[in-house]
Amino acid sequence: MTLLSIDKLSLSIRGTPILRGVSLSIGAGEILGVIGESGSGKSLTALSVLQLLPDGAACTGRITLMGQDVLTLTEQSLCAMRGRDVGMVFQEPMTALNPVQTIGAQVAETILIHEPNTTKSNARKRAEQALTRCELPQDRFPLSRYPHELSGGQRQRVVIAMAIALQPKLLIADEPTTALDVTTQAEILTLLTRLVREDGMGLMLISHDLAVVSNMAHRIAIMKDGQVVEAGNADLHRTMTHPYTKALFAASNHQPDRRVTPKEVPLLDVRGATRDYALPRKSLFGTPAKFRAVDAVSFQINKGESLGLVGESGCGKSTLTRAILGLETLQDGSVFLDGEPVGPNVLRKMQVVFQDPYASFNPRHKVRRLVAEPFHVLGRKATEAEVDEALTSVGLTPSDKHKYIHEFSGGQRQRIAIARALIIKPELIVLDEAVSALDVSIRAQILDLLAKLSNDFGLTYLFISHDLSVVRAITDRCLVMKAGKIVEEGKTEDLFNAPSHPYTQALIDAAPQLPIA
Amino acid sequence: MRNLIVGLTLTAIFVLAALVSFLWTPYDVTVLEIANKLKPPTFSHWFGTDHFGRDIFSMIMVGARTSIAVAVVAVGIGMGLGVPLGLAAAARKGSFLDEVIMRGNDLIFAFPSLLIAILITAIFGPSAVNAIIAIGIFNIPVFARLTRGAAMSLWTHDYILAARVAGKGATRISVEHILPNVANLLIVQGTIQFSLGILAEAALSYVGLGAQPPTPSWGRMLADAQTLIALAPHVALFPGFAILFTVLGLNLAGDGIRDLLDPKLRVQR
Repeated sequence: MTLLSIDKLSLSIRGTPILRGVSLSIGAGEILGVIGESGSGKSLTALSVLQLLPDGAACTGRITLMGQDVLTLTEQSLCAMRGRDVGMVFQEPMTALNPVQTIGAQVAETILIHEPNTTKSNARKRAEQALTRCELPQDRFPLSRYPHELSGGQRQRVVIAMAIALQPKLLIADEPTTALDVTTQAEILTLLTRLVREDGMGLMLISHDLAVVSNMAHRIAIMKDGQVVEAGNADLHRTMTHPYTKALFAASNHQPDRRVTPKEVPLLDVRGATRDYALPRKSLFGTPAKFRAVDAVSFQINKGESLGLVGESGCGKSTLTRAILGLETLQDGSVFLDGEPVGPNVLRKMQVVFQDPYASFNPRHKVRRLVAEPFHVLGRKATEAEVDEALTSVGLTPSDKHKYIHEFSGGQRQRIAIARALIIKPELIVLDEAVSALDVSIRAQILDLLAKLSNDFGLTYLFISHDLSVVRAITDRCLVMKAGKIVEEGKTEDLFNAPSHPYTQALIDAAPQLPIA
Repeated sequence: MRNLIVGLTLTAIFVLAALVSFLWTPYDVTVLEIANKLKPPTFSHWFGTDHFGRDIFSMIMVGARTSIAVAVVAVGIGMGLGVPLGLAAAARKGSFLDEVIMRGNDLIFAFPSLLIAILITAIFGPSAVNAIIAIGIFNIPVFARLTRGAAMSLWTHDYILAARVAGKGATRISVEHILPNVANLLIVQGTIQFSLGILAEAALSYVGLGAQPPTPSWGRMLADAQTLIALAPHVALFPGFAILFTVLGLNLAGDGIRDLLDPKLRVQR
């Protein structure tokens, strides 16, 4: 039975066409994976079903949900439909919940809105049931908890409980695990699969990550530029014909070509680095408790080597990065770069690329000034030739230096970030989740670029990431960090093939694997 | 956009009136012509004359000078001292310096501003300069707090971290990266403080603590007109309108500039 069918849906926002002839369908108990890169229109397709579109949007075509044409419904009947027939799970669990209401009130609210005759106590009981079904047992997570008392994964469970409280026929999950750690992601995906099976719901799972979707979807649709370019069953990786689909699969499994033999000379030497943070005082005169973010971490990176540092959020890897960059004072231990303790002097040998290409640049400066910024440590101005060379080496043109940063896409910005790191010819580049925010095809290009740069200039990389597949592709050696400590260290291939520490094993097991064609 | 045009036009009219008054006014405002007193508006006296027979239109033109001068300098003092203090507090967030600056701000905020202005002019004597200083001091914490708040959220951005990795110090980062990004906020707040400055000057002059006679001032014109309001309402009406439209114009211009500078609102248009 078809639950939802979208037929030749076209959407334009103030005259700009966004979706062009999208056709999809979901049956009861079926999981449809919708995959696309940013800007492909996958989220707007989902929002069209609920008619939660931005101002100035106009839809043509047909969206039939349980026999009703959604596009002809009044706002009142749409309100009745949202939440009751269709539930929605959003990407960012940190902002999807109201911070001043208890989780119980928020789950019960959905029930009370759609069934105003329900008594308060009955609604609370059903909220309890919904939370319990989402594996938030009442003895540990009573209704009176507030969102800030929960972790990201637990909040996402609350969001899912809100969505399924009325047992909707269709659940739309828009990148439900993108903001979560890999082990949490696996748990949430298992939970969604179980709920679909128990309730016979249809699930539209939207993601940019092929591996996540292909492990659990019954059918897959690939979107690009507002169109469905290819749709097929779960074995799409075997039947795919469209060049874009093939390119997407290839990019997800991309292995950059890196041919550098590291020298046996240590470049970065971290010895027993320890960083404590004071926690808020519990009582007026008590000594504040301490939180040890980095706990006696020691490791070395050899010249020309690419070292991966893997860990989930909160494991202390950001603090460690800042300590290596000399931006954080250590309580104990020391960091040496090329024999010198880190500080303003050694910054000329070390640069950094950050995760978010949108926050990494001052929007009011032109690219020339942005790229030339590290020259401050050398105490001189960059020459035009040096700026041109840096831009050219990352695949941009010298004329780009006269533009502002908002004229560039995310992938181009990350290239500019790498150009900024390269310009003073450092020996070590710290890549702090440098490809995590990028689409897979762009990510493959950036990884190729990084491999090429290390081949050409003999650069050393410290690659910090939560994404195991990326670390595996680009690093020689790998460290696994948990709760401020390095729990395992080894050659990347050995570590991935035969992890010895249980935490490493759990990480690798939880990471979704792309089926091999 | 409409706000901005209306606001800027109103503001421009008063600035122009003030500038023209240096070269030419219809009548000399220092010459008293008692025979001509309290004349309603006519073709020869557009806004009528006051109780000394002076031309009100000319007085409003010259009074605009005082109002604008007081407001410009007062906002200048506020920005000139408040913005660096705010930047310094944000750069050393949580430090002793931050505490000193912010508690100092709280202290100034804790006093009713007009009372302190009266205190200052009572001690140092009523004059336009003392009014400027009094109004200026109360602009400092406004700008310091605004700058600190906006700067603190900017300090968490990656591009600030990148600048630190480039070896730049807090002062340099504040000037190069923070200040340009809080500038639009400051411009908007500046226009609002400007209109508040004009109001404050009018209030101080009204109680006789602003610019002293014979320098015309809108506030004192109102005070003088108070007893004559039943007899010759135009004497109070025109300076009142002058204050109203200047403040309205500046507020509209401030709103308009904010909309113009906010990239999020710009996209929607």
